[in-house]
Amino acid sequence: MERPLKMVSNHLHFYYGDFEALHDISLEFSENKVTALIGPSGCGKSTYLRCMNRMNDLIAYSRMEGELLLDGEDIYAPSVDVVTIRSRVGMVLQKPNPFPKSIFENIAYGLKVNGVKDKSKIASKVEKSLIRAALWGEVKDRLHDSALGLSGGQQQRLCIARALAVEPEVLLMDEPCSALDPIATQKIEELIHQLKITYTIIIVTHNMQQAARVSDITAFFYMGKLIEVNYTNTLFTRPKLKQTEDYITGRFG
Amino acid sequence: MANTRQIKDRGMNVFFFCIATASITILFMISVFLFMEGLPIFKVVSVKDFIFGSYWYPTSDPPDFGIFPLIIGSVVVTILSAAVSIPLGVMSAVYLAEIARVKIREIVKPIVELLAALPSVVIGFFGMVIVAPFLQNVLDIPTGLNIFNASLMLAFMSVPTICSISEDAIYSVPTNLKEASLALGATHLETIVRVVLPASISGISTAIILGMSRAIGETMVVLMVAGGAAMVPASIFDPARPMPASIAAEMAEAPFRGDHYYALFATGIVLFVFVFIFNIIAEHIAHKYRQVGEASL
Repeated sequence: MERPLKMVSNHLHFYYGDFEALHDISLEFSENKVTALIGPSGCGKSTYLRCMNRMNDLIAYSRMEGELLLDGEDIYAPSVDVVTIRSRVGMVLQKPNPFPKSIFENIAYGLKVNGVKDKSKIASKVEKSLIRAALWGEVKDRLHDSALGLSGGQQQRLCIARALAVEPEVLLMDEPCSALDPIATQKIEELIHQLKITYTIIIVTHNMQQAARVSDITAFFYMGKLIEVNYTNTLFTRPKLKQTEDYITGRFG
Repeated sequence: MANTRQIKDRGMNVFFFCIATASITILFMISVFLFMEGLPIFKVVSVKDFIFGSYWYPTSDPPDFGIFPLIIGSVVVTILSAAVSIPLGVMSAVYLAEIARVKIREIVKPIVELLAALPSVVIGFFGMVIVAPFLQNVLDIPTGLNIFNASLMLAFMSVPTICSISEDAIYSVPTNLKEASLALGATHLETIVRVVLPASISGISTAIILGMSRAIGETMVVLMVAGGAAMVPASIFDPARPMPASIAAEMAEAPFRGDHYYALFATGIVLFVFVFIFNIIAEHIAHKYRQVGEASL
């Protein structure tokens, strides 16, 4: 069953100064699918992910070539407002990074900066987001305590809830479980299954089993190049290229 | 038998203990001396009359030892200079840490730090020779040596300290916090105001303490440009005589262990208590907003 394309990158190149970190990446992301980006450290998968919400804009002396389309529109076009793009394409980073504010304020923040002023609306959105991120039960009695008092796994789910509150269309996750224990990881993975009903999810992971468990499509990156992309089942059972097979079976990387 | 390395180690402990004890003891003795030389004035005037008396005529007969005008002078000059130096210092720090390009920051930051080394007498001289005549002409006031001038000069003394230390604090806010804010669709300004500044408030308060400590105890500048009139000022363009200026100007003429001499030391006690309270409040603020956990600085 084919779904409409949410994001498309066409011949994307990315440079840090003279170093070409991404070489001619063309990939398509279908709506409501989970795509996993795998590959050894330094292969460019995180850089690629950060191109998709223009987070690399912040890096001095970097530049991008090629096109990146969101619903058919180039997000790097000069007329595009980067702030709007970032509220449509949410992001969860590797290390949980809650703001040094209360749990409630952490989630309300994104709503407030996006112009929501109605207090009761903010409160109901906060609750909804925490429920979606499977955190509500654990924090509902201490919403106004500091978010820094939560455990690592709870902090990461808080960061997911925070990203969900602004109702993005695409959710980027950069190794969201690498700082977490197996139980917290399992919770996040279950969450990803729930979330793909509503969102298009792109996840970078070092964990091959995780890619196999959560994703529909897997793309293998190596040395800044896209080596192979296929349905996750196919890629893990019958990789076309030797390089991919070597990586997923742990013979190099 | 203890070997030589252990003996050396023990010797070293004793050595550092002695150095530390000496420094602290000497500072403590200075405080004791301050109180010994200052307290006898209270045999002549009551504490209340000394602090709230509006007349400071230490050399008339009979003398008046009321330092209220001096206290007001110090307080007004400090508050006014803070009102100028804190916004200037912190906003410059925000520019350097968050907005300026890397190259500009690398050039400007050391220059700002160098400016903190400007001797206060040079700043006082500048206030006297350039700023005072300017104020006098432009605002058509009797003297350019006044509270406004002194506050301005003190502010420019504190700006480099406040700017440099705040910049360190702002710069060390973890990138991933800023990214989290931007990724939620916040603008750069919203990120600075709502995430970066709150996260660095502890360091910024330290910067403000250090900058203002320099201003509140500063003697040379206020001696040169505050105008030196020991009266309660009616406007910020009136001259004033802050406590340090009074002590510095009169100490040489006060007869040794006379009432005037004691009164000046007592003024020193009041100044000491002021700075002490100020530091405690500032320490409290810095401590209160200190963060715990992952995102701490």
